[in-house]
Amino acid sequence: MKVLGRLWLILVFIFLYAPIAVMILISFNSGESTTEMQGLSLYWYRELFRDKATLEALKNTLLLSVSAAVLSTVIGTLAAVGIDRMKNRFMRGAVMSVTNIPMMNPDIVTGISLMLLFVFVGTLLGLESYLSFWTLLIAHVTFNLPYVILSVLPKIKQMDKNIPEAALDLGCTPWQSFFRVELPFIMPGIATGFIMAFTLSFDDFVISNFTSGSSFETLTIHIYSMIKKSVKPDIYALSTLIFAVVLLLLVVSNLSDRDGEPAKEKSPERRGAARFRGKEGGAAK
Amino acid sequence: MNGKKLIELRGITKAFDGEVVLDNISLDIYEDEFITLLGPSGCGKTTTLRIIGGFETPDKGDVIFDGKRINDTPPHKRHINTVFQKYALFPHLNVYENIAFGLRVSGLKDEEEISRRVREMLEMVNLRGFERRHVTKLSGGQQQRVAIARALINKPRVLLLDEPLGALDLKLRKDMQNELKGMQKRTGITFIYVTHDQEEALSMSDTVVVMNNGSIMQIGTPTDIYNEPSNAYVADFIGESNIVDGVMLDDYSVKLAGHTFVCVDKGFGKNTPVDVVIRPEDVDVVPTAEGELCGHVVSVTFKGVHYEVIVDIDGFKWMIQTTDYVAPDTDIGVKIEPDAFHIMNKSEYSGMFGDYSSFSDELDQLSENGGEDD
Repeated sequence: MKVLGRLWLILVFIFLYAPIAVMILISFNSGESTTEMQGLSLYWYRELFRDKATLEALKNTLLLSVSAAVLSTVIGTLAAVGIDRMKNRFMRGAVMSVTNIPMMNPDIVTGISLMLLFVFVGTLLGLESYLSFWTLLIAHVTFNLPYVILSVLPKIKQMDKNIPEAALDLGCTPWQSFFRVELPFIMPGIATGFIMAFTLSFDDFVISNFTSGSSFETLTIHIYSMIKKSVKPDIYALSTLIFAVVLLLLVVSNLSDRDGEPAKEKSPERRGAARFRGKEGGAAK
Repeated sequence: MNGKKLIELRGITKAFDGEVVLDNISLDIYEDEFITLLGPSGCGKTTTLRIIGGFETPDKGDVIFDGKRINDTPPHKRHINTVFQKYALFPHLNVYENIAFGLRVSGLKDEEEISRRVREMLEMVNLRGFERRHVTKLSGGQQQRVAIARALINKPRVLLLDEPLGALDLKLRKDMQNELKGMQKRTGITFIYVTHDQEEALSMSDTVVVMNNGSIMQIGTPTDIYNEPSNAYVADFIGESNIVDGVMLDDYSVKLAGHTFVCVDKGFGKNTPVDVVIRPEDVDVVPTAEGELCGHVVSVTFKGVHYEVIVDIDGFKWMIQTTDYVAPDTDIGVKIEPDAFHIMNKSEYSGMFGDYSSFSDELDQLSENGGEDD
């Protein structure tokens, strides 16, 4: 039984990681073939970094995902604090459902609806071009928010309500208590939320495609347009790099989770991390 | 108490979701006093403490601190600090920073002064050398000490303690009781202590306030509360007691269980029905021939210093504590000295307590450990 179990596990891992392993291997191919290894080289990586358009797209993507992550982390954290303090149970349930819907919604629906809204508002305001970096940013903050809230809220709920009271008791104003005591306590949740938001923004294609317009190209959109012309191995090199970054972030996020956390309190983040991993599978294909 | 009045609660009423938790409570607390709010869970003792700390606002009534009404003063503006039930230490700070927190918030910048005072506090709670330890790595007793040091560093006028020893084991608890009492004497700070443990209340306090169902049953010194309980509820809650129906025939004469006893109480009038409290240690076991009352031994439990004997006298089960062994299932006589009787007027609690017919140790344990947060 034990052997069978182990075999099963190995099969699952092969199934999950074989495509990525193949992609990484091919990215180091010195030739242009996708079926035949002609020797190891960094040729396609060099080629990738010679490509101005790709680097521009990378820069855009980093700018977008960092700003979207910062904004959604701030807004999401405040929202989580607010939701936690809501006294009316029914209202709290309602607010939570409303925040969760964008997460369940297929990306394509979110993308189309956001695009329609931006075009509609843009027309009303008489703008020349409707879609830009700013619409993209709004869209990304929108779909990041529920993930931030869901990673911060459990941390707030874990906190003994006497802890902020102890701060007040020792002379803190409610604001001081928030910044000196509550914020440090929920920081691991905020960090997880930030990393999650960054990764989601970084690898989003569907929603970005609908809301970015022609002036601002993100990496995923750029890759998509490259594929339409011809598949060159520098895309594999790029994908390998993205995978490496995502892997690094995941490790960092898991380590920061573990720091000083009693084991029993981990379940909420676990759930978050699982969802997080699911999304990344999409990024690496 | 002969000190100055520091806190006055006047007619405090508080309800949560329409359920009355405190019903018209009035209480005076003096300077340099160790006062304990004692009662079962849900009696309103913690709510009273939270109202004094400023974490709850009373629906009706006034909280007076040092002559000023402070109903609407937020907690951070009160010269009152709290030791919370689960300590509520700040997990992101080490022991030193937890204790220094109050000083830093108050705007003290002088690191030498901070260090001196933190060390002084550590000294007081016997935690020298623990400065750099992480609070989550401390034992319950050590966390408790940090919580006390943290609360005392700002030199409050009043320290509130919400069942602070509840999570500690028995031995540590006894040690901490002594230490707390000593700390209160040394610092001269008024301690307001909340507990459901009557032994703790009796051994530490200058004044005990017995509460039940949102009302104060009795306020008094530990000896008063023990020897002169005001009603059957208090008599039963504080220590063990036999509470027997009796009739006060005249001054110094009480009839119970068919026998007339001489007692030291007076002023109840003639032929008045009363509740009579007799503590189990005040009943002497004698041979049946010499007994004022006779009964049948139902059970005997060895308790270390004494035997706990349940005796059926005329259908009423008495508890007697005696150092002499008594055989179960035999007949014995009992004798009671005049000063062992405590006479109380009948109250709404009459007949509810003080009979040991359903007595068992396990039941007692259950009710003590059941739901302690109110």
